[in-house]
Amino acid sequence: MSTDSYINRPNRPLQVYALIFLIVLYLPILFLPLFSFNDSIYVRFPMQGFTVQWYYDLMARSAVWAALMNSVKVGVAVSIVSTVLGIFAAKAITRYRFFGKEPIVIFIMLPLVVPLIIFGVALLVLFAQLLGVPLSLYTVAFGHLILCIPFSTAVLMPRFEGFDPAIEEASADLGENAWWTFWRVTFPMILPGVVASLLLCFTVSFDEFIMAFFLTGTDATLPMYIWGQLRFPQQFPSVLALSSLVIIGSFIIVLLGLWINRDADMTKTKAGTDA
Amino acid sequence: MTDQSALARPAAQTPPQVNWFSRKIHKSETFRAYAVLSPALLFLGFAILIPFAILVVLSFWTPVGFDFNREFTLKNYRDIMERPIYGTLLWRSLWISTMATVFTVLLCYPMAYYVAFHVHRNKMVWIVLMTLPFWTSYLLRVFAWKVVLGYEGVINSGLIWVGWIEEPLKFLLYSPSAVIITLAHAWAAFAILPLYVSLEKIDKSLLEAATDLGDGPMRRFFRITLPLSLPGVISASILIFIPTTGDYITPALLGGPNGMMIGNLIQMQFGPTNNWPMGAALAIVLMLTIAAICAAFILITFFVRKRIT
Repeated sequence: MSTDSYINRPNRPLQVYALIFLIVLYLPILFLPLFSFNDSIYVRFPMQGFTVQWYYDLMARSAVWAALMNSVKVGVAVSIVSTVLGIFAAKAITRYRFFGKEPIVIFIMLPLVVPLIIFGVALLVLFAQLLGVPLSLYTVAFGHLILCIPFSTAVLMPRFEGFDPAIEEASADLGENAWWTFWRVTFPMILPGVVASLLLCFTVSFDEFIMAFFLTGTDATLPMYIWGQLRFPQQFPSVLALSSLVIIGSFIIVLLGLWINRDADMTKTKAGTDA
Repeated sequence: MTDQSALARPAAQTPPQVNWFSRKIHKSETFRAYAVLSPALLFLGFAILIPFAILVVLSFWTPVGFDFNREFTLKNYRDIMERPIYGTLLWRSLWISTMATVFTVLLCYPMAYYVAFHVHRNKMVWIVLMTLPFWTSYLLRVFAWKVVLGYEGVINSGLIWVGWIEEPLKFLLYSPSAVIITLAHAWAAFAILPLYVSLEKIDKSLLEAATDLGDGPMRRFFRITLPLSLPGVISASILIFIPTTGDYITPALLGGPNGMMIGNLIQMQFGPTNNWPMGAALAIVLMLTIAAICAAFILITFFVRKRIT
């Protein structure tokens, strides 16, 4: 009777749990857009009626636009550079067997785990003490690169694993050099991963706060601007409006990236275990 | 390792000519691998190792006005040992992040289990749904909790509105529990993925075998599923414990004076207090503590696994 796999038997309590889990995961974030339309400077129930004035208020501020442009500039630059470096790293890790692979992979993935405050202060000391470089958007981008290279590498690794190296070898056998083999064979195969890496790294950099907190000069990025506004209770509604826009924008970009890259199962690649 | 990457460095820039070097490189896979790896590796090496080295040097100095006294001294480390504020904050950080780690892993395990064993179609949709918030702004997710837990926030004003409480609950915001709740929520994706991967890998026929041999669901879970998913539990715990111990945003926004953590103290040394060497020493102590705890944790679980399998 119970020879029919119990695994396929639906588990009601677990289903309910999963549903509650997802609701709890998203509910706090959804309060931001909800209250951004609330016609009151206080974030509390009962809500006072619908308004879009906080959004209008936001559009009129030049500081918001300046911060947005700064974040976009840093995000675009960081996503491009980290994706290029990530392509090299992912290719080396997935295509070659080499001495010291596992420690190297761990080293590359380290920034995903080490508290970012440590990178923030370490880079601050590097720029301010050793190099004497004034803090600017460049220093912020430098910090974000540390964080984004592991992301790019992790996103691109399954793409390299997903196609047969024999295709590249065939191209080489047919007389293409390494440069053209890359552009005509490898690149089209990993293109979804490249686009996903660009989009995801852009979001990570766009939303990153801690590194920017230590490495920003006079030009604030958008998270820095939001942080500055959090001190003023009367700014709460406009911060809610701005936060809602940022979160919705991030969700769309990330979903797009994951959808484009949907046939690469990132959970199947575990950094370092294939060595 | 380092000498190989150093050798591979000039090779990456030399055009492929028939010389000793390029022949060597075409022959050895390790050389080629390091040549391809070199851009990312050189950048990360420069951007991670050098700043850390400077941090270590700085931690042995002392501040003099806006400059440093560059004489080697252990004063900062002695202060950390002797003055109770540092120890207290370090202990509190470790305690808070341990609690957050335990809660996150306990709460995420059933979820990962559900997706691994009970979702048969569109698994990817579930994984994307569970990890999507993690890609978006950490600052804003923490800010959202401030909106929820605040003195006049969603919970308090909602409960007053429906008449369940008269006064706002004060313990919600600005407390270690607020920090723990927020950390557990914010880092859930870091627990779900390794847990899911380890559960997904379990050979279902082992579970069938246990059932056939008479194990009930509980025994089957504790004798097969749990031990086999332990690697996922271990990596999930480490992946959450390390970053949360040094977290800055959550305690800064939600911790209040009683929820302040070591990250806030480090920031203060580089900001208002302007004692960079002390901040550097605190960052080093934090890293060493985390490393020691993780090493101990891995060793203990290693022996435990040896005993139960």
